[in-house]
Amino acid sequence: MLELKKEQRHLIAMTLDGQQVRGLAEPRMLLSDFLSQELGRPEVHVGCEHGVCGTCTVLLDGRPARSCLTFAVQAAGRRVDTVRSLAHEDGKLSDLQNAFRKHHGLQCGYCTPGILLSAEAFLSQNATPSEQEVREMLSGHICRCTCYVGMVDAIHETAKKRASAAAP
Amino acid sequence: MKPKPFTYVRPASVDEAVQSMAKWREDSRILAGGQSLVPMMNFRLVDPQVLIDVSDLAPLAYIREINGEIEVGASTTQAQFMAWPKLAERAPLLSAAMPFVGHFQTRSRGTVCGSIAHSDPSSELSLCLATVRGSVVMRSSRGTRVLSCDEFQVGMLTTARLPDELITAVRFPSRKPGAGYAFAEMAQRHGDFAICAIAAMVSGNITRLGVGGVAEKPTVQEWSGLVGGEIDDALNDFAWSLGGTDDHHATADYRRGLVRRLGRKAIEEARKCSN
Repeated sequence: MLELKKEQRHLIAMTLDGQQVRGLAEPRMLLSDFLSQELGRPEVHVGCEHGVCGTCTVLLDGRPARSCLTFAVQAAGRRVDTVRSLAHEDGKLSDLQNAFRKHHGLQCGYCTPGILLSAEAFLSQNATPSEQEVREMLSGHICRCTCYVGMVDAIHETAKKRASAAAP
Repeated sequence: MKPKPFTYVRPASVDEAVQSMAKWREDSRILAGGQSLVPMMNFRLVDPQVLIDVSDLAPLAYIREINGEIEVGASTTQAQFMAWPKLAERAPLLSAAMPFVGHFQTRSRGTVCGSIAHSDPSSELSLCLATVRGSVVMRSSRGTRVLSCDEFQVGMLTTARLPDELITAVRFPSRKPGAGYAFAEMAQRHGDFAICAIAAMVSGNITRLGVGGVAEKPTVQEWSGLVGGEIDDALNDFAWSLGGTDDHHATADYRRGLVRRLGRKAIEEARKCSN
């Protein structure tokens, strides 16, 4: 049985965006704080810190997780992906990111990293979603600038392009 | 918005989890998906000394059918349950209700048992468990006990679980042959807390209706031989009996209206699905 004592910092190692990383965390440290403060990843944004806004969403072993509702110690030994994992190695944006730009799926961009990661996880489970399904998925995020219409268009276009690229 | 310090324990077996609970009792809380517990810890409404994490406990990650019931283990997520291939056939009510349980992003972490353990008055899973008359399986160092959902959920966020008991599974009776089921809900945003949620079952001349989000816990009423205009009268009496109150989301009057309207819609849909 693993026991990590309170008010002591413990070594946490994980695979972050494909890289092996490590840092120190008390059991009470949220994964969002661990990523942004301990590992210096400002792209992990924090909004409400109680699981409502979805801004801090990351992928934990490929599945979406609110990093403000996950403790850093829970991610030890696991794969964590942030928005940094999406662009190509040469810095070129992914198809989904380009579609968000084309369709004005963002304005201030604060909520965008979480939404992009959710959308990637969603499309990996449902390659040809209906508009209603995309809207239901987006209900797990709060964006105060846009009205989600551009995001729905961007996710739809990406799904269609990927489906036609995959077709023989 | 940060939790108070706690010691983190990750048991490697159900026995170890039970031993930890016997040791720490009231000072401990079980962490499964954390989608309700961690917000409460962030707000410091709950401050356990010890957090016992069962989210990755493999022996509790299962869905199985035994004796006409579907048993869901404590570390099974809502997303895993929703993806269970037999869900629509064996449990049509749950199949209809699952898309209303939180969001895509919370269902991937949140567990079926965790939602029922939390016993929020507006929980769709607690409502379904009450409507199909399911049960909750708990283990402690004294042994295993199974409580019916009525015995289990006492009130708002309150259950009959003792401090050293671990909920290992919940059991939903499988679909009754010939019965029809329906689910309806009104919330501010899809996936948010239900202002009113309705679960209906129609079997022969029996009509059973469960309401969540109005009273302190899901409330279930059953009628036999309900026909024509009697439905509206029955729903009106039921709506008044729930004793809903005004809050910043809706008035009691609006909630009674939802019980009448959504109740009628759900009963009609369940009737269509029955034979």
